[in-house]
Amino acid sequence: MATSTPTRDTYGPPDRGSQQISAARQKWRSRLWRFDDKASPYAYIAPFFLVFGAFGLYPLIYTGWIALHRVEMTGLDQMQWVGWDNFSRILQDSEFWTAVSNTFLIGVMSTVPQLLVALGLAHLLNYKLRASTFWRTIILTPYATSVASAALVFALVFRADGGLLNWVLHFIGLGHTNWTNGHWTSKIAISIIVIWRWTGYNTLIYLAAMQAVPTDLYEAASIDGASRWQQFRKVTIPSLRPTILFTIVISTIGSMQLFGEPLLLEGGTLGATGGNENQYETLSVYLYNYGWNLGHLGPAAAVAWAMLALLLIIAAINWLIGRFVRKSAA
Amino acid sequence: MTITSPTRTRDSSVRQAAHGAPRRPSRFKPGAGQQMKAGPFAYIALLVVGIASVLPLYWTLVAASHTQDEVLDSTPPFLPGGRLMHNLDAAWDQAHLGKAIVNSIVVSGCITAATLFFCTLAGYAFAKMRFRGRGGLMTAVIATLTIPPQLSVVPLFMMMSDIGWGGKLESVIFPTLVSAFGVFFMRQYLSEALPYELIEAAKIDGANNIRVVLSIVLPVARPAMMVLGMLTFVQAWNDFFWPYLALNQQNPTLQVALGQLSASYTPDQSIVMAGALISTLPLLVVFVIFGKRIVGGIMSGAVKG
Repeated sequence: MATSTPTRDTYGPPDRGSQQISAARQKWRSRLWRFDDKASPYAYIAPFFLVFGAFGLYPLIYTGWIALHRVEMTGLDQMQWVGWDNFSRILQDSEFWTAVSNTFLIGVMSTVPQLLVALGLAHLLNYKLRASTFWRTIILTPYATSVASAALVFALVFRADGGLLNWVLHFIGLGHTNWTNGHWTSKIAISIIVIWRWTGYNTLIYLAAMQAVPTDLYEAASIDGASRWQQFRKVTIPSLRPTILFTIVISTIGSMQLFGEPLLLEGGTLGATGGNENQYETLSVYLYNYGWNLGHLGPAAAVAWAMLALLLIIAAINWLIGRFVRKSAA
Repeated sequence: MTITSPTRTRDSSVRQAAHGAPRRPSRFKPGAGQQMKAGPFAYIALLVVGIASVLPLYWTLVAASHTQDEVLDSTPPFLPGGRLMHNLDAAWDQAHLGKAIVNSIVVSGCITAATLFFCTLAGYAFAKMRFRGRGGLMTAVIATLTIPPQLSVVPLFMMMSDIGWGGKLESVIFPTLVSAFGVFFMRQYLSEALPYELIEAAKIDGANNIRVVLSIVLPVARPAMMVLGMLTFVQAWNDFFWPYLALNQQNPTLQVALGQLSASYTPDQSIVMAGALISTLPLLVVFVIFGKRIVGGIMSGAVKG
């Protein structure tokens, strides 16, 4: 440690009136000073690790232990060892697999259009615009809305009878759709809520990255005769690659967690089961239904570990794709 | 000691010699990049997206100010009606909204204050202090961003009931006292905005580390703390998953009350929308006032990766 901070002593305590202070006291003071320097950084970062350890990491590991037990909502202090029963119970439940595929499908259906639109919007906002701050703020307003409010408003929009969307479709002469009942239409409905809330946020992230691209690159490209579209494809997109990867990771993790949107799309008992045929039930809703609606916390914990496994699989796929992209680029 | 504008000296050789590591140059320069003039197509596209962004919020207001029958009529209303006060009243009574508002303010306020304090301290330590394991620990902080809360809610719920916080606001406040994003955000800001010279000068003047934090780091960090504070407040105010599991009908936050209102046996959609309006309005006001700053915060937090 001492070797890494060779110059520290130059910034020691002041030598105020050194004649009066005894040698022993000065030694004590400089020891105190050094202790302050060594301990302070750890003291400053400790709150994060304490809170995360107590309310994040410890419960995460403890989940695995609970998953091997029978615990009921009615008696939280009674844990009974059941081994792998909870896992085999959820793995044999077709509803679990429906939830896995729903989570995956809604994840893709919301993330891909969202990021593409965000990329296009960021490109537009990167032009010299009148009232640019106004545009940036207005596309971010959905971010200020909570999941609950957004889901409830869109629940009205997507209603089969008296829904705003069906009124519009009827008005322009298209048929009447029962949005929440259909397998695809209900997933579209939930994806639209997600897209509405998060596109503005991603747009700003892309815009920030675009503004950091050096102007010379565009000048060089336009001297070489590149059109605007070619500049976008050959200069902007490659410069944004790390940012795009970042938003893909963040959106993927976010879509694993979708809860409020499906829960509140129809509300009531249909919310807890993700529709009458579980057509829009996500893994989080499945976990909630098992643990908080039916009161079996053991299987709910098993679902949490299944989510962890899925997350690791997605991370592995991400890593493989990243490696493939890097290799083919090189 | 007050610092109005942290000056960055060009003479970095001294600093580099003293601290070994050269400072990373800033990658974010506002105004750089492609600056071609936008054509009419850009404005039309932005207008469409802008309307799409605001329309659901407007529809909330319209639906909250009519009766349910009018809202669900074959030709729905397009202008706000006169039933807003009635519906707000009904929502207030049915969903403990008065208590929910107080709870939401307490929860979001506590989380924001704690996050600002702890994240500034940790961000300062990661940005400007040298200690063993700094890089690894910072990686650990960022890695925690990828862990969804779903993975730990079951034992968290049991723990909270174990220590007597079941259904209480503490169970929502304590797990979110510090955020990994906040630590990262403050570190990025302070590593750019806080010159080493300032810290060194204070130390030569005899300040210990706490004194440096109080009289130098906090004043320099204030603009970033404003932004982080607003982002944290928005997030805490809008949080749904864990509060919905942890709190109950008698002691909800606004979002929880809203969820329960819609989950009741036959919810009146206009009253639900009145509740949604109450929960959204405060943040919209914040957005109108501080929109520019929040936009800037998201953009600067994102790019300095």
